Amino acid sequence: MIEIKSLHKILGGHKVLNGLSLEIEKGITCVVIGRSGCGKSVLLKHIVGIMKPDSGQVFVNGEEVTKLNDHELNRLRLKMGMVFQGGALFDSLTVGENVGFGLIEHDHINQKELLHRIEDSLALVGLSGIANLMPSELSGGMKKRVSLARVLCIKPDIIFYDEPTTGVDPITADSINDLIIELHDKLKVTAIVVTHDMTSAYKVGDKIAMLYQGKIIAEGAPKEIKHSDNPVVHQFINGLAKGPITETVEPFRMNHIV
Amino acid sequence: MISPERYFVNFGQKVLVFLYFFGGMTTLAVRSIYLIFVPPFKKDRLIEQIKGAGFDSLPIVSLVALFIGFIFALQTAYFMQRIGSEIYIASLVALSLVRELGPVITALVVAGRVGASITAEIGTMQVTEQIDALETFATDPVKYLVTPRLLALCIVLPLLTLYADAVGIFGSYLICVYRLGISSALYMKVTWEALLYKDLFTGTFKTIFFGMIIAIVSCYEGFNVQGGAEGVGKATMHSVVKSFILIIVADCFFTALFYFIFP
Repeated sequence: MIEIKSLHKILGGHKVLNGLSLEIEKGITCVVIGRSGCGKSVLLKHIVGIMKPDSGQVFVNGEEVTKLNDHELNRLRLKMGMVFQGGALFDSLTVGENVGFGLIEHDHINQKELLHRIEDSLALVGLSGIANLMPSELSGGMKKRVSLARVLCIKPDIIFYDEPTTGVDPITADSINDLIIELHDKLKVTAIVVTHDMTSAYKVGDKIAMLYQGKIIAEGAPKEIKHSDNPVVHQFINGLAKGPITETVEPFRMNHIV
Repeated sequence: MISPERYFVNFGQKVLVFLYFFGGMTTLAVRSIYLIFVPPFKKDRLIEQIKGAGFDSLPIVSLVALFIGFIFALQTAYFMQRIGSEIYIASLVALSLVRELGPVITALVVAGRVGASITAEIGTMQVTEQIDALETFATDPVKYLVTPRLLALCIVLPLLTLYADAVGIFGSYLICVYRLGISSALYMKVTWEALLYKDLFTGTFKTIFFGMIIAIVSCYEGFNVQGGAEGVGKATMHSVVKSFILIIVADCFFTALFYFIFP
């Protein structure tokens, strides 16, 4: 279970998170939606402990991330995995070395077992037999899948997806959505997906939360969000150019410059 | 025209930027030195860095050192021939190369070649979230990226310097023996007589610190890249310029220090 309580973060003089609170129950897929640059990725980085909040608390499996020392945080991080927007594969390593990175660094398993785990993880994302390629030889969609395989290789309890369908063609996007659902059903992991792709959000989410002006302004099952009468949610999910989001964005920024 | 208030604000901002840079560098240096002694010790990563920074630098270091030897012998000959003391070219070249030119030229070549590459690599990792990815896999980016590079440069730079000294002296030898007609045996004898152990020590010892400067400055600039390709380019330029300046400043410090310790 993940619990976020009143999280605040100012970056570059701009209040990115402004008292954000959210609860994600174990085993569900929660989709966080919001405009580009609204703080969705920042939220994920706070949960993983890469960023420290100005104030507020983040609990993962009952442990307060913000209060853990380096050793405890690293132990917790090995139970979580993050699929980055651009894949964030290590350029200097092969696909196989990337996928096995967590095991190579932290688990002293033998070479045979390592290769087996790498191949299993690649097979789970439908990319068997590419362990010897370099990341530069992969397409955008393949990079995202390899990034997911790298996370699966450490067998995490929680997976974070940062814009998993951004920058790939609609067919690849849909196959990534299918993959997220399949992994969720097969491995029973808790997942947080941040995206602004509503097709993806409706398809993969058990729950959708909308992030706006540094707070969660609406949350619920995909059906509830789809029929929400909140004008901000309505404008966003329908992709309308005119509405409260575009009318208030400038005054909001002006008021929050520190 | 800039008002006096604005002038002081600009000056204050520059001081703050410098203090921020200096503080960040010091913190990174202390942390990466500490992490050298913290397990796990991955020797493969160190060997890879030693090969990249040392072995792969041999061609450029050889070329630069050989030409420095040629140039220095010819320039010294210009004056020595006028006073009929050509034989002292050997001692002058040996002392200058071993004490000063060898260490500084090698450090500058390595700063340009290896330092720039480190900043560009870490900077690109920063903008493509690879550094964040390291952290999510419970891997300390300083331990993984900085420590092996720091250790490799501290090992490699003294060795490259000794090599550059030898190649430079060989360059000067070629000019003196085949152009100025000094006998080979006499050239070698004068060179060995001129060099003392303390010259080799003072010349080589300071390069450990030059290696440290190159590693820390280039990693620091890489970690602090902002923006995309333009940011990586700027950081790489800053890394080379700052390394050059700090190497010269450190060289001045060590020269003064050794002058008083080993008069």
